[in-house]
Amino acid sequence: MGALEGDTRELIRRHLPARPVLGNAVRAFLVGGSISVVGQVILSFFENRGLARAEAGSAAAATMIFLGSVLTGLGVYDRLGRQGGMGAFLPITGFANAVTAPAMEFKREGFVLGVGARLFTVAGPVIVYALASSLLVGIVLWMLGMTDPGVRGI
Amino acid sequence: MAGTLAAAPGLRLGRQTVRFDLAPATVAAAAIVGPREGKGPLGDYFDVVKDDELVGEKSWERAEARMLAEACRLTLRKAGTRVEHVDFLIAGDLLNQITCSSFVARELNLPFLGIFGACSTLAEGMTVAAMTIDGGYAQNALVAVSSHHCTAERQYRMPTEFATQPPPTAQWTVTGAGAVLLAARGDGPALTMATVGKVIDSGLKDPQNLGAAMAPAAADTILQHFQDSGREPDYYDMVVTGDLADVGRKIALVLLEREGIAIEDRLFDCGSNIYDPDQGVDAGASGCGCSAAVFAGYLMNGLLTGRYRRILLVGTGALFSPTSYQQGETIPGIAHAVALEAQDAPG
Amino acid sequence: MSELLLAFAVGGAMCLLAQLVLDISRLTPAHVMVIFVSLGAVASGIGLYERFVELGGAGALIPLPAFGHALVQGIVEEVGREGPVGLLTGGLRMVALGLTVAVLSGLAMALLFDPRG
Repeated sequence: MGALEGDTRELIRRHLPARPVLGNAVRAFLVGGSISVVGQVILSFFENRGLARAEAGSAAAATMIFLGSVLTGLGVYDRLGRQGGMGAFLPITGFANAVTAPAMEFKREGFVLGVGARLFTVAGPVIVYALASSLLVGIVLWMLGMTDPGVRGI
Repeated sequence: MAGTLAAAPGLRLGRQTVRFDLAPATVAAAAIVGPREGKGPLGDYFDVVKDDELVGEKSWERAEARMLAEACRLTLRKAGTRVEHVDFLIAGDLLNQITCSSFVARELNLPFLGIFGACSTLAEGMTVAAMTIDGGYAQNALVAVSSHHCTAERQYRMPTEFATQPPPTAQWTVTGAGAVLLAARGDGPALTMATVGKVIDSGLKDPQNLGAAMAPAAADTILQHFQDSGREPDYYDMVVTGDLADVGRKIALVLLEREGIAIEDRLFDCGSNIYDPDQGVDAGASGCGCSAAVFAGYLMNGLLTGRYRRILLVGTGALFSPTSYQQGETIPGIAHAVALEAQDAPG
Repeated sequence: MSELLLAFAVGGAMCLLAQLVLDISRLTPAHVMVIFVSLGAVASGIGLYERFVELGGAGALIPLPAFGHALVQGIVEEVGREGPVGLLTGGLRMVALGLTVAVLSGLAMALLFDPRG
């Protein structure tokens, strides 16, 4: 019986509980939306201080990243993730959590081999493939002659 | 037939089961658990409930070793046996290269057989211990097993502060250690038979769905035990599985029923019972500490007080590593069964 | 006020979509994040992401696809200024602040706090 036959595998699959897709989607909407509202408040704050949209966006993102990191440090962000799922991972605060959580965790393996080496253990793929895909997009735009200054603004 | 060695007559039953002539006694056991386990329905049955999961140590790995060592010492104290009089320490855990057990063996300074059966390690350890005693190679053997939620998470899954959203099939690794002292002579439930499991592959690949991955192995070993031993399911007051949890338990029952074995009324899964549903643990518990702590605390109590006379303890393990599942391998399971009977139970 | 509502709706909608992808495809969160950040880069390239930003403000700038968007915008600007070398330098330039804050905050939290399990 080392490896099971197909009909047994099918039997098992039928007894697996379904994910609460609707409930998860609603929670993701609520948590993600709330985090975005916080981001909007911060964005408006920077815009009212006279920063242009692009700089204000950067500053707001950086602030949210810092907040996500602090909430992870305080041991609170993981609870948000349990409830909110992608509503907590997808925002930039989730990126901060993905960087801060391994940093804290692997402290016990030392600051060089632990924290330093494993900081990007979770977030690494995002950076690698974001750089790769943006480069591809950039090459296409450049070849189509769409990269003149002033053609597009944020 | 030249060259074939026959086992002593009557000690091997069928394909996978052995009978213990001497029926070693489980003379003492102790369970040390973390705060979450202490708050569960079986909380009162554990010997020690810790306030936190770090227990004053510098890392969770050290905390786990501390708990395992404490379980060993408490067991020996309860048995009135000195550490120096233990013939073998048979121990295992979930950590890479079972370092937790090795460090405890160092502390106790005992001849050490390290074993790995994932969450089935207790049952595997008791089988090996009973074989050494029944074979005349030891007067006694200490079996010790532990797991820790945080050491398991950071090794197999994600850093503990990472915002994961476990699916409904996910199980929570128990922070707990259990130790059992088996002896050739003594009072306590006797280990009469053991069925050594085979690795059974369900084809499942998700490390957050281990109960279902292990269920076929549990069903296979249970079936084999009844076939080999000739016993009927009602011979046992309870068939105890280690950590199939809610999902795995249901699947195991379905698979057994398909083969004509109906034990829904007497199948007790440690993983489904160590936590309350409102403790937020999805499908239930996992970890070798689960069956170890529940056995050493709750089940031993039941056997000693006569709440039940005979149980079949079936440890269940999911055999995978972070490397194997990332490479897309399946997660096969294994289950080992040991029969424990109160010494004055009608035989 | 309507800004806040729009941010809520747009940000929430992106997270909802990501959650559906996660639950239906059974991919890992890391896989879903890679898909979404790449989609953000593509949407940026075709000019679609700016629309989301105009509509939802932070609701479009906070979720991860905005990271892909920022990289592409950075590349476009830099190529306009410096020529083709901008393809390789423009992206990280744009997200330098966020990335640096992420790494250093992570380090700071590791120095200050222990994981609680």
